[in-house]
Amino acid sequence: MYDVIIIGAGVSGCAIARELSRLQLKTIVLEKALDVCEETSKANSGIVHAGYDAKPGTLKAKLNVEGSRKMKALSEELDFPYKQNGSLVLCFDEKEKGKLEELKARGEQNGVADLQILDRDAVTALEPKVSDQVVAALYAPTGGIVCPFGLTIALAENAADNGVEFLFDAKVNRINRTQEGYRVETGKGNYEAKLIINAAGVYADEIHNMVSEVRMEITPRKGEYLLYDKKVGGMVSHTLFQLPTALGKGILVTPTVHGNLLTGPTASDIENKEGVDTSKEGMSQVTEKAALSVSGISGRDVITSFAGLRAHVTRWSGKEGDFIIEEAKDAPGFIDVAGIESPGLTSAPAIGEYVADMVKSLLKPEEKESFKPTRKGIPSMALASDEERQKLILEDPAYANVICRCEMVTEGEILNAIHRTLGATTTDGVKRRTRAGMGRCQSGFCNPKVVEILAREQKVDESNIRKSGADSWYLLPPEEGRSL
Amino acid sequence: MKTVDLVIIGGGPAGMAAALSAYEKGVTDLLILERDKELGGILNQCIHNGFGLHTFKEELTGPEYACRYIDMVQEKKIPSLLNTMVVDVQGGASCMVTAMSRELGMFRIKAKAVVLAMGCRERARGSMNIPGFRPAGIYSAGTAQRYVNIEGKMPGKEIVVLGSGDIGLIMARRMTLQGAKVKMVAEIMPYSGGLRRNIVQCLDDFGIPLKLSHTVTEIHGKERVEGVTVARVDENLKPLPGTEQFVSCDTLLLSCGLIPENELSQGAGAQMDEVTQGPVVNERLETTIKGIFACGNVLHVHDLVDNVSKEAAQAGAYAADYILSGEEDWGEAVRPRIPAKSKCTLPEERDTSSQVICIGCPVGCMITVKKKKDGSLDITGNTCKKGEAYARSEFTAPVRTVTSMIRVQGGSGAVVPVKTASEIPKGKIQACMDEIKSTLVKAPVRVGDILIENVAGTNIPVVATGNMD
Repeated sequence: MYDVIIIGAGVSGCAIARELSRLQLKTIVLEKALDVCEETSKANSGIVHAGYDAKPGTLKAKLNVEGSRKMKALSEELDFPYKQNGSLVLCFDEKEKGKLEELKARGEQNGVADLQILDRDAVTALEPKVSDQVVAALYAPTGGIVCPFGLTIALAENAADNGVEFLFDAKVNRINRTQEGYRVETGKGNYEAKLIINAAGVYADEIHNMVSEVRMEITPRKGEYLLYDKKVGGMVSHTLFQLPTALGKGILVTPTVHGNLLTGPTASDIENKEGVDTSKEGMSQVTEKAALSVSGISGRDVITSFAGLRAHVTRWSGKEGDFIIEEAKDAPGFIDVAGIESPGLTSAPAIGEYVADMVKSLLKPEEKESFKPTRKGIPSMALASDEERQKLILEDPAYANVICRCEMVTEGEILNAIHRTLGATTTDGVKRRTRAGMGRCQSGFCNPKVVEILAREQKVDESNIRKSGADSWYLLPPEEGRSL
Repeated sequence: MKTVDLVIIGGGPAGMAAALSAYEKGVTDLLILERDKELGGILNQCIHNGFGLHTFKEELTGPEYACRYIDMVQEKKIPSLLNTMVVDVQGGASCMVTAMSRELGMFRIKAKAVVLAMGCRERARGSMNIPGFRPAGIYSAGTAQRYVNIEGKMPGKEIVVLGSGDIGLIMARRMTLQGAKVKMVAEIMPYSGGLRRNIVQCLDDFGIPLKLSHTVTEIHGKERVEGVTVARVDENLKPLPGTEQFVSCDTLLLSCGLIPENELSQGAGAQMDEVTQGPVVNERLETTIKGIFACGNVLHVHDLVDNVSKEAAQAGAYAADYILSGEEDWGEAVRPRIPAKSKCTLPEERDTSSQVICIGCPVGCMITVKKKKDGSLDITGNTCKKGEAYARSEFTAPVRTVTSMIRVQGGSGAVVPVKTASEIPKGKIQACMDEIKSTLVKAPVRVGDILIENVAGTNIPVVATGNMD
């Protein structure tokens, strides 16, 4: 019997898990994938939004601004990449300048600090490569960028280090009420708890509807992105948003926290909750719209494209367009954390605290004295100084064995990723923890080596190693390969 | 800190040829840095034959070609550091190379000159903007080649190859010989980027369709590749609506071009050439950074390893001259002469009853054979005597050399490359492969060792083309 079951190991689930790990509670996170950060949390803009977008008075506005304020300290505590690079909302039409003022006023109402309207000259002084169409911009110096995997994995590891259990490959099939709470049936056994926290992303509606008559419907909103080579990562230094134009909602152009350039996302509502495929139309839309903000981005420098799904709520009785973070009306002890679309990543630290407060008032747990708030990330040989590199190599010569040449990731880092708390079991898991395979050759060179290391460390044949899901095999079993 | 006269980065065909020629010029204090566990570079996985016609005047497999150079390097006692990754190169009056290895940790080498010989890399899926999912099962042809030929592992059963460069063609045959079903080779251009002879002996021999003016427009399967959409393209290479066709497969091999491995060249600050996509060099193959020379595929992608060896020997000699004379004048930028990319245009409907394409050398002559009234053959279109002999044989009793690999027990690796010592009847290829696949030999194995005495009743042995300790 657990005190709390969290369904979903995305950024919301992991942030909640980490906050609950401060308390004397028995908590477990159930995740259908083989790793944390496998769905919406892995494929998004990686932006820490300043907080001028959300409608004042909404939960979204509150948690966005709070999350944004907490991110820096959290990044230091949990050692994940974050940078306050500031953001600009670009305006392309003199007649639309008023909209910048509206946005500024809204931001100020939400409590966003230091917002400023810049004229074209001031914008080009900050960002020399903006296109000729840019006439003005709203400048939000508190805007930032974060590694979405880094954040989610750090939260999860710290939660696990402080006693939260994680169970992977545990898809929730059914939830029944019991006298003391709920029983959750998964592909990996049944689990009971007093409280259930539904942080199931695009599947939060299905989980919710297992216990509640008040129906919820989530329609995935697909966003396609293009990621560019690091050699053009310096084209912009701020995150460049666009004021919506006649062409629709704008897309962003931003450096990533690792120095790539990222453009996107598109926005199209789709049926398939697994539909993370990219399309030709999506790619050209992103390219065209990005050219409005910045001229000279070359398609030749694209290193990969990807799509993510935002958990967009299309049927709900509550306030439209807001995060749904509340106890289900007809299911006491069942807390929805649903509809966490943008700015969900930014809000995660605040969502964690907000939900922990709800749990506290329901279960009245004691604080855990042994709680350790810090977590150390995997050292990066690419970023380390010469002295640090020598030190790491001295401790373990595997840090001198370069596996991913594009990002200069060594075997030492990969071994660290495999053997640490909630260690990587898949090549995607290694990739998100170390960046092996994230460079310009997109794992062409290092993937076989990563597969080999994973197999060696897990003491299995390489044909057992997966990219991410159970069916994502790389190699045929030796017998099958020979008998073809 | 170690100091040497010349550091050569990369121990493949370019690096070894550069080292040998610098040595012969009198620069004997030199060092090869190689990131793999052995010298030879990409040749070690290119187990097919067709190498060395110019350099050694005979047809060798990749590992054999590499072995010849490795033997020469060892004979001269030219030192090399293996399992060593160079992470930074700086040029100037004295150059500085930073490298890492398990044995030595991170270390620096001061040198009078550096030769860049890191080779090239394959274009990845991302840079081609193929839409769809991002499942497992998308391999560059070279990665699949390494899996199959070096590690003895199979990356899939049903294959579509995108791109008809030589590696793609060679891998289509390789996967077929290993028992996979290669559904097609799709090529976006109206001609193949590979050699004619490879189209004949890699595709035609096995009935693998080559779809010119076709490309993959979508990848299906969320976790593992489940299929691809292939569509015809117009003259602007845009997919034509309505021509899409779903092809089920579990593996997509990409053979869509090679790019010089530019990480270190750019890191050194070398000016890059938009055309070759490698560094700009002068007529002495020196980059715009003093003391840093470049050769082989890191300079521009070559079609033939023989040309790599030739160019690298020049680079090694120039670097030696530079070290010995200290000459400073950079001169003018000269773009290396890149032979026009072979545009292999084959008539889609070839009259195979009277026309054969010679596989004797990279030229690939189209030879017409007509039976005269007296029963003798009238052979035209060949440009050398070998062509005539080939056409005659192809018309009467076609033969092929089979290259593959055999499993090894107790060795440092899983498999050793092999070939039939001479050509065997084409009809015996399958039987030959069956025998090769079921053979297991004990290490050590040396180049030339006979591993199967009489393969498939042909009286022809299968011999090792590589070493295995």
